[in-house]
Amino acid sequence: MKWVWVLVIVLATTGGEVLQTMGMKKHGEIHDFRPGALGRVLGALARNWYVVVSIVLMGVSFFAFVELLAVADMSFAVPATAGSLVLETVMAKYVLKERVSQTRWMGAVLVACGVALLAL
Amino acid sequence: MRRRSTVKTALFAAIVTLSGVFGNLFLSIGLRSGEANLSYTPSGLVKFIFSPLILLGVTLLIFWLLSRMTLLSWADLSFVLPVTSFGYVMTVLLGRYFLAESVSAWRWTGTVLITLGSVLVGITPHQTTGASSTERAAQ
Repeated sequence: MKWVWVLVIVLATTGGEVLQTMGMKKHGEIHDFRPGALGRVLGALARNWYVVVSIVLMGVSFFAFVELLAVADMSFAVPATAGSLVLETVMAKYVLKERVSQTRWMGAVLVACGVALLAL
Repeated sequence: MRRRSTVKTALFAAIVTLSGVFGNLFLSIGLRSGEANLSYTPSGLVKFIFSPLILLGVTLLIFWLLSRMTLLSWADLSFVLPVTSFGYVMTVLLGRYFLAESVSAWRWTGTVLITLGSVLVGITPHQTTGASSTERAAQ
């Protein structure tokens, strides 16, 4: 059962973060951090469907993670879900059209390997 | 302007990392203390969310979500993910020095790999999909 939760977490996290990035890029850079301006940003984001769907998916990921913690150790849960990092980097390159250099690939793979080692 | 953008990116990466680490820490302590049990009824969800440690953890995770969204408004996803993964290293250090958890040689190796990976990605440009609006305004 725990691997089902891992799959749900990886898919929901990947989908949520890719959609969130698309939504935030569509909104544009936030550079005014006064309370009124931040309120207007939140209002605009509440009408941004990429962001709304991404938050629903992040919610799915959060509750699936809580369920996973109920049936597995933290030392299994955290590294097992780190697989999403590599999948998200692939999506960043092909869906978000980011230029992922060799250095960045190496960094992402090192981080994913490091997170996996935390389980040992 | 570029330096200002780099400082802003580093500042937000630190805020995202710290709020995520402490949010997960309080959530984990709250779940283990037995003060909150998750049940999917409206009253059960409210009771779960409003238990003190869970509430503190969830508040920090909401702050994590908002600061991360702000960072993603100008930085690449493939930059933000590895750089903020430094939080895993902080989680191990917190466990070792504050919760007296034993950390194996494999875990220390893992933390070194994560640190190296985060530093490697950190030296790449934080944005590769076009000039930021701040930079465009400066041009």
